[in-house]
Amino acid sequence: MKQDYLVLKNLVKIFGSGKESVTAVDKVNLEVKEGELVTLLGPSGCGKTTALRMISGFELPTSGKIFIDGEEVTTTPPNQRPTTMVFQNYALFPHMTVYQNIAYGLKIHREKEKNIRERTETIMNLVGLKGLNNRSPSQLSGGQQQRVSLARSLIMEPKVLLLDEPLSNLDAKMRVSTRLEIRKLQQRIGITSIYVTHDQEEAMTLSDRVVIMRYGQIQQIGTPQEIYTHPVNHFVADFIGKANFLGGRVVNIISQNEIEVDIKGVKYKVYISKNTFSEGDRIFLIIRPESVELEPKKSDAITGIISQVIYLGSRMVYEIEVDKNLLSVEITNPQEHKIYSKGEEVAVILKEKSLHIIPYEEIKK
Amino acid sequence: MNSSNRKIQEIIGNLRLIWKEPLLFVSILAIFYCLIVFVVFPIFQVFKTSLIIDKQLNFSNYSAIFSKRYYYQPFFNSMLLGIYTATLGTIIGFIFAYALTRTPMPFKNFFRVTATFPIISPPFVVALSAILLFGRAGSLNPFLTKIIGDYTIYGLGGLILVETIAYAPTAFLVLYGILQAIDPSLEEASMDLGASRVKVFSTITLPLSTPGIASAWLLVFIQSLADFGNPMVISGNYRVLSVQAFLQITGMYDLSRGSTLAILLFIPTIVAFFLQKYWVSRKSYVTVTGKPTGATIKQLEWYIKLPVYTCCIIFTGIVFLFYGTIVHGSFQTLWGVNPTLTLRHYVEMYQVGKDYLIDSIVLSAVATPIAGIIGIFISFLVIRKKFIGRGVMEFISMLTFAVPGTVVGIGYILAFNQKTVLLPFIMTGTAWIIIILLIFRNMPVGIRSGIAALQQIDPSIEEASTDLGADSNTTFRRITLPMIAPAFFSGLAYNFVKAMTAISAVIFVVSGKWNLITIAILGFVDNSRYAQAAAMCNLLIVIVLIALGVIQLIVNRIGKGVRTVDIIG
Repeated sequence: MKQDYLVLKNLVKIFGSGKESVTAVDKVNLEVKEGELVTLLGPSGCGKTTALRMISGFELPTSGKIFIDGEEVTTTPPNQRPTTMVFQNYALFPHMTVYQNIAYGLKIHREKEKNIRERTETIMNLVGLKGLNNRSPSQLSGGQQQRVSLARSLIMEPKVLLLDEPLSNLDAKMRVSTRLEIRKLQQRIGITSIYVTHDQEEAMTLSDRVVIMRYGQIQQIGTPQEIYTHPVNHFVADFIGKANFLGGRVVNIISQNEIEVDIKGVKYKVYISKNTFSEGDRIFLIIRPESVELEPKKSDAITGIISQVIYLGSRMVYEIEVDKNLLSVEITNPQEHKIYSKGEEVAVILKEKSLHIIPYEEIKK
Repeated sequence: MNSSNRKIQEIIGNLRLIWKEPLLFVSILAIFYCLIVFVVFPIFQVFKTSLIIDKQLNFSNYSAIFSKRYYYQPFFNSMLLGIYTATLGTIIGFIFAYALTRTPMPFKNFFRVTATFPIISPPFVVALSAILLFGRAGSLNPFLTKIIGDYTIYGLGGLILVETIAYAPTAFLVLYGILQAIDPSLEEASMDLGASRVKVFSTITLPLSTPGIASAWLLVFIQSLADFGNPMVISGNYRVLSVQAFLQITGMYDLSRGSTLAILLFIPTIVAFFLQKYWVSRKSYVTVTGKPTGATIKQLEWYIKLPVYTCCIIFTGIVFLFYGTIVHGSFQTLWGVNPTLTLRHYVEMYQVGKDYLIDSIVLSAVATPIAGIIGIFISFLVIRKKFIGRGVMEFISMLTFAVPGTVVGIGYILAFNQKTVLLPFIMTGTAWIIIILLIFRNMPVGIRSGIAALQQIDPSIEEASTDLGADSNTTFRRITLPMIAPAFFSGLAYNFVKAMTAISAVIFVVSGKWNLITIAILGFVDNSRYAQAAAMCNLLIVIVLIALGVIQLIVNRIGKGVRTVDIIG
């Protein structure tokens, strides 16, 4: 069984003092298993980079503890921690060649020349930098620079690899190909990694688990699937993918795993892992656009009026007005389905297996 | 064949554009004329005179350089002094810059102001203070004699002390900028990979600063070589080129020998200037984008903090000691003999020196705005307009900054002593020669500020003005000038300071009718009337500070705009 390799316990970071203080990280708890790639995901200012810098040692926590492989490292200086970081701007040493950049860490640790040369060659082949030994960083493309940065960190065989938005400086197409490469490499070596990004597609593609953060607090931790299908609150549901929210009430508790809700006069059965609701509770029903079907208006289904029709080739996006709510519906392969036009009344069919409910919240826009 | 045709077409095309704006065309011609007459011609005259003995072309001055003591001795002395000063000054400047950018030292602003203060003070104030402290009648003399035995402040040792204090601030400013501009994530990455603080410094910080260090060294070297005021006061028997050239021309009336000495001074200075501008600054890995990224300051070990802090405190203490002595000394009845405080010297100085003061202020006040305006206009031409000879214009305008004042001063009296085809009247003895000298000596500062400021403005703003129908002059007046106003005024401030504290060039062109306060101070020092000299120095410093304050107020009023001043060479 894989241990809790990296543990963050009640981590807090406050900048400034008195009235001007900012709580960047607010009681963060996280246990990462050996070999896992966990992504810290969230909008700008959510605290993910600060958390990462605390793990690497460049910020001192205000309170809380950090453990790596059983040892506490909370106050250990960064050059003595078993972590290495891939910086967002790569931070390649401009006055050294590619080889010297990658070999730098080993040289500092006084490894034997022969050893250094072998390991550097190996890692360069591994990441795809063969033959670029004597280039200087300014002579490399963005993607190559990124790989040098990665190689420089990996060669140190750290216990935890930290990546601070490593793809944000690449163009869109490079981002997609590079992130797969990084994931494959990470799995192949089996290195425990913490990845920071604001790009949710990146997070979903790469991660074993995702940590959604907002205003310094963890909103939810889970696998990409868990987060997508069972978000715990409005923010998470809205942040990952697109989500529709329909207000309603709990009308019947059928069992520990099954409850009945009333949405706009229509009753639905919802399956949940563990019931925390009581009869009469207000709830939000979360339904993703791809989990909605449309049929001509009928009596026992929710009725809506089409307000926008957007044709995207592989799919059709409808915006449907249901009472005062705006629902977003995606129909894949529109050729095979009836196409509706603006102003038409339709029946909105929610696929039962995809229903998910969260407690009702006042949403501050 | 084709590419040279294209080049000619391009030149003609550019000329046509300029020709369509007659005002611009005339301005360019006028500036070229001024630059040739007031910059190139005087230097050329110095060269020419060194080659003429008894009205005949004669190379014997140059062949005698290695054989005649009166040539190689001052040359060797000046070089040695320059090397010592540059090395010491760069080390101190670096420690200061490091302390202010990489350590959590308290009162950073205070230390920064103190470190740059000597830049605005008159050049020989430090030498004067050294005499008051360590001269034969010096207040610290008995104390020091007890420690190190007999010594004299006059000579190489005193010069090194004095010039280091005076010019280390220049090194500090350069290195401060460099250290601030190094991307902090580079040092973080180094630490992240396991390097200790010492290793981070030796493998990352130091190598990346090396071009900056070389730059600072060369700049201090140039300033030391060109230094006239301090050696005049305190060099004793240690002969240096600047003073010897002056003595030969004004004392011995040997124009030929004086010019040769001036050329000997000119050559290493111009070589160092070229090295600094065209070689060292190209090798920088640090992109100074105008946005200092503020290095993250981390916990530092005590064995690094202690020596660094100590060094800064000592140097700051020395600066305070020296400048404080000047203030103190001006109030003493008779230095070393009668320490009762008195205002007598100020009264006396007012009676005697009033005219000098007025002359200085008037001449500086006339020269400064002219220098500023011409300077900004030249920088506008150089950055925004294309015409043949643009690079030459830029180069010549910078030349007076690199050339030692002594050389320029000698050049001016040689060039304007008689009517020539270039300038159909004699200028020596008039106020104009002083004003023009001040203008062209300090213009490079205005040009560099202007260039830096203009480079930060998006050209499309000016293009929009042209697109809407404005010609070049209107665009310059209504769009460009307001946007670079703060940089312009800061450049003016620096110009005024330099004009008021000028000595090495102007000492050749003063006359009975027009005299300057700096030369009066030198006269007092020559006659060992140190208290009066100190009083005058104080007054000069106060005037300079007031002028700076006033200009700062104006700049603050103007508000938004580009604010860079590049006062380093």
